[in-house]
Amino acid sequence: MKRVALNGAGLLVALFAAFPVYWMIATSLKPSRDIFSATPQPVPTHPTLEHYREILTGNLIPGVSFADFFLNSALVAVATVVLSGLVALLAATAVARFRFRLRTSFLIMLLVVQMIPLEALVIPLFLMIQRLGLYNTLPSLILTYLGFSLPFAVWMLRGFVAAVPKELEEAAAIDGASRAQTFRRILFPLVAPGLVATSIFSFITAWNELIFALTFINDQDRYTLPVAMTFFFGRDDTAWGPVMAASTLFTLPVIVFFLLVQRRMVSGLVAGAVKG
Amino acid sequence: MTTLTDAPETSAARETPARRRRPVDRLPYLLLLPCLVVIGGLLLWPLGQVVAMSFHRLNNVRQLRGDREWPWVGLDNYTQILGDPFFLTVLRNTVLFAVANVVLTMILGTLVGLLLHRLGRKMATFVASCVMLAWATPALTGTIVWKWIFDDTSGLVTWLFNVLPDGLSQALFGRSDWTGYGWFNSPLLFFSILTLVVVWHSFPFIAVSVLAGLKSVPSELHEAARVDGAGPWRVFWRITFPLLRPVFGILIVLSTIWDFKVFTQQFVLAGGTQDRSTFMLSIYSYAEAFSPPPKYGLGAAIAVILTVILLVVTGLYVRMVLKQEDES
Repeated sequence: MKRVALNGAGLLVALFAAFPVYWMIATSLKPSRDIFSATPQPVPTHPTLEHYREILTGNLIPGVSFADFFLNSALVAVATVVLSGLVALLAATAVARFRFRLRTSFLIMLLVVQMIPLEALVIPLFLMIQRLGLYNTLPSLILTYLGFSLPFAVWMLRGFVAAVPKELEEAAAIDGASRAQTFRRILFPLVAPGLVATSIFSFITAWNELIFALTFINDQDRYTLPVAMTFFFGRDDTAWGPVMAASTLFTLPVIVFFLLVQRRMVSGLVAGAVKG
Repeated sequence: MTTLTDAPETSAARETPARRRRPVDRLPYLLLLPCLVVIGGLLLWPLGQVVAMSFHRLNNVRQLRGDREWPWVGLDNYTQILGDPFFLTVLRNTVLFAVANVVLTMILGTLVGLLLHRLGRKMATFVASCVMLAWATPALTGTIVWKWIFDDTSGLVTWLFNVLPDGLSQALFGRSDWTGYGWFNSPLLFFSILTLVVVWHSFPFIAVSVLAGLKSVPSELHEAARVDGAGPWRVFWRITFPLLRPVFGILIVLSTIWDFKVFTQQFVLAGGTQDRSTFMLSIYSYAEAFSPPPKYGLGAAIAVILTVILLVVTGLYVRMVLKQEDES
């Protein structure tokens, strides 16, 4: 009896959590007349890819297709990942491998900086982007997202670097390897899986971001996907089929990436509070 | 660089042979340099800049580019905001929203965490996977789907209310036909739906963290308490909660910080920044600065107020984390 109640509660939670995602995908596969029918269909009874075809071949905004926005977003996200990964790896190595005077101060700063409300930085970063002449360019977003993703990336990577046994590097050094060689041949390959996990977080940060992309980009053909979807979605007679198809294409990569790394998210954020 | 020579010798002695040759190792500072430049330039400098901007009258983008003067207005922006009854409404909305969301997220997340701990393995895996889906969904698309669920003609909720027996619906809500009902028109309903969206997005993190915490607690403690006749309520408050107190502390602070500055969900649900009755601090600051006519200085002042509130909460968070690093 108790088992049944627990399982029932579990199913309710699962339904609440997963339903919107299911409903997004299900709606995207229904023909328009089923989407707008008086009685909703729990499952797509006439599955169709027409909405996907519409957004992939047609234009969301005259002259610009879904693929263009997807590409803009991917470009920004990948550039952010590469830059952030590189800078974070150097910093994480410094923190995990060396004891130096300002080490603790740096770590505290890293924590505090993660708590800065990024929403409060839209105005000054807008100023900076204007001054640098980067307004209305994708690099303005790459730069912004680099700043946003870096503190967490360093925080997370430092654990991975610290987990590599120091003796390996010491042995290499005794064998006459230079520091650069040790870094490249020993440390880097061993930290690579951690770097991948960290990169996924940076990717998700950049991929999902809306406010800054909305503010820094003016030309429609340079919109990232979130901005394009907000724009596309802001019309009165909302075409839910194409909107759900676009949402699905936007969401799926994030879900796949996220499921790969979510365990580390908990340990990264609750830093030391949760053991085991 | 003189301070560097004070580096403790003991640490140098423990390092690799390459290190021993030099009394002070510059390498860690070199490795940190790019990171410091990025954090300094893209986070700390703007943070200082937003404070500076809040003391100026900035109503033109040319001023931002540096082509025009920045007239200093002292605390004018602040007095103007704090004297505006609308600001107090926004502040009240923000605080009430944050409190309601933190409380609901914590309760639901903790309950789900406890549930996952009690379920059988297969069931727990299934439920946890579903919960992950909500967590993984980007704020943008998650909100768009909820907006579709609350669509006033073909949305699921509108249909559900239409399905209610007319008499019952009439007696409870004073209407039986829900088609065309504006779910987002009244601020209270708007904030309720926003709460639903935000709690849906954020309870998975709490649930998974609480579950991780529960797994670290020896199960003998719970069993012993249960054998002694303690009910689930007592077991939670007497055993689980005290053991997981640090986890709960951090989760509450993180949730508070996140729920105070909700932006994307609000922006998408409201369809932009036109509806002032649903403003909260972050969107208020944004709208003042970027909706024509632009008022960057005023927006900056609101951003500073938001930051100061969060700074206090952050102080608590850092203290907690440091305490735990000490204990571990």
